[in-house]
Amino acid sequence: MFFPISNSHINPLDLVVVGFVIGILGGFFGVGGSFIAGPALRLLGVDWNYAVGTDLAHIVGKSIVAARKHRTLGNVDLKLGMIMALGTIGGAEGGAQLIQALKRAGNVNTVVSWVAIVVYITISVFMLWESHKTLKLTRRTGSDAKAAASKADHSAFGSVTKKIQRIRIWPMVSLPTSGIKEISLWTILVVAVIGGFFSGFLGGGAGYIRMPSLVYILGIPTHLAVGTDLFEIVISASYGTFTHAIKGNVDILIALVMHTGAVIGAQIGVVATQYFAGPKIRLAFVPLPLIGAVIVIYTLVTGHKL
Amino acid sequence: MKQDAAKSLRVFAAELAIYAVLVTGYFFLVLHLLGNWLYRLETQHRILYAFACILLIAGQAVVLDAVTTVLFRLLRRRWR
Repeated sequence: MFFPISNSHINPLDLVVVGFVIGILGGFFGVGGSFIAGPALRLLGVDWNYAVGTDLAHIVGKSIVAARKHRTLGNVDLKLGMIMALGTIGGAEGGAQLIQALKRAGNVNTVVSWVAIVVYITISVFMLWESHKTLKLTRRTGSDAKAAASKADHSAFGSVTKKIQRIRIWPMVSLPTSGIKEISLWTILVVAVIGGFFSGFLGGGAGYIRMPSLVYILGIPTHLAVGTDLFEIVISASYGTFTHAIKGNVDILIALVMHTGAVIGAQIGVVATQYFAGPKIRLAFVPLPLIGAVIVIYTLVTGHKL
Repeated sequence: MKQDAAKSLRVFAAELAIYAVLVTGYFFLVLHLLGNWLYRLETQHRILYAFACILLIAGQAVVLDAVTTVLFRLLRRRWR
């Protein structure tokens, strides 16, 4: 099938399958999935600039569907999502500015690649350690099945999270949906700015950083972190889609085909979260940043830009 | 308990099937009716094109989801 906007010939079934896989990951883990969608679109023959912009457009639609579904399951903290969105847009702009500065210095590819590898591997190793330790603990106390049903969340990192929650820098906000009585607004904004910064610096929605940050730093239960992250991705990806579309980097017809698979996958992913406790979702999350790291290492070693 | 789970899975699968048909139909409708217009818009009026992108993708997500829910309710009433 010919897509005139990006001037590319692609089998629509391939797009649907890619969308479906990313949809499941998005619904289940609360990530945009750009670390897979971008390279996949490149492999299908889409130019890099269209791959980035089109991927963002399909993420908007998929995240709307998944966030709506999560909301019906009570997994979205709207207040937190709104605050996070403000910080994310600011942080994304900061990340993009740093990219421009590195471009001028002439070493953008090397710096971004190494930062990405370190960040992805650190997240994976930390989450593997934490979820494994938490699962061992819950098995010992026998609270695993109860936790899955009630969405109550245990974390081996919980003591550090509590200390962060106790930081009292005015103004303090309460997040009743997430079960947090009081937390400094600045703590939330710092987490959002960091997520946004990596989104602008490494590309995509940076859900692989935001979802763990919500759980470990703010102490949001995993199911709520997934749903709230998706809600936040809707806002940040819409902003990204708009700016990329103005720059001529979005093929909306490709995005719509991908979306047909993605929305089905997203609904399946959301429903699947119902059957897993928080630590299990976090353990299953571990390979995602690793896949991102492998792709970056591949591009560094071979010189090919996937 | 198991019967409830099986029933809710069947309901979910049926809802998903309706939704799949609708999103596929929506794409072909957009391709057929708006394909050329979108191409021209992308080359000549980028800001308008950017708004159209957001509207089309959000429309597919929100409107079709709502239509699926309504259709599914109607079908369930008939089945009863």
